[in-house]
Amino acid sequence: MEQRLFALQRLSAMVMAPFVLVHLGIILYAVRGGLTAAEILARTQGSLFWIPFYSLFVISVAVHVPIGLRNILIEWARLSRGAASVCCFLFGLLLLSMGLRAVAAVGGLLS
Amino acid sequence: MKSPRNHRAYWAFLGHRLSGLALGVFLPAHFYVLGLALEQQARMDAFLKFADMGAVKFGEWGLVLLLSIHMCFGLRLLALELLPWSTTRDARLSWISWGGVLSLCVGVIFALGVI
Repeated sequence: MEQRLFALQRLSAMVMAPFVLVHLGIILYAVRGGLTAAEILARTQGSLFWIPFYSLFVISVAVHVPIGLRNILIEWARLSRGAASVCCFLFGLLLLSMGLRAVAAVGGLLS
Repeated sequence: MKSPRNHRAYWAFLGHRLSGLALGVFLPAHFYVLGLALEQQARMDAFLKFADMGAVKFGEWGLVLLLSIHMCFGLRLLALELLPWSTTRDARLSWISWGGVLSLCVGVIFALGVI
């Protein structure tokens, strides 16, 4: 279990590194002159690039973040491995559902 | 006696862990606001106006900085764990400085973009 989570944490990090770089670039480009919902949606809705890009990003995040939080809960908050695993599994599901909903919303998939 | 934790690699570990924790806690709020685009574009716009306030922009600047720090220090960890070491002392400490400098550059570019 620990070995698998360790490997999964590193694999998701490798998948995410280019996503984070592109995301940072988009942030630096998009914030110039302020943001509006219409401006964001015009860029993202129905885009064959943004929707798969951010869907994969969200899935990687939902794997990577809970494993890191689990380590923190075990090492710093002294939670048992079982309790930390349950908390972080639920948090991962929350991130996955909220993240994919956000991608669907911003990508215009459900409108 | 010098504390065993008072060295650059420990501060990098702490920076990586705390930035990851902050980003992880922030993500649900980030996804919630983006999810508003589904039915409540006006509310999303109201939030974006709120996010234009100085204090909120400062918070955004901090998050961008944390994301960059987390990525740079995380890449160093991957290099330490997966790439060969040329010597036993090759802890890639210079990556910490470069990661810090790169993150500061990202922070400066963000600040120049929103001012």
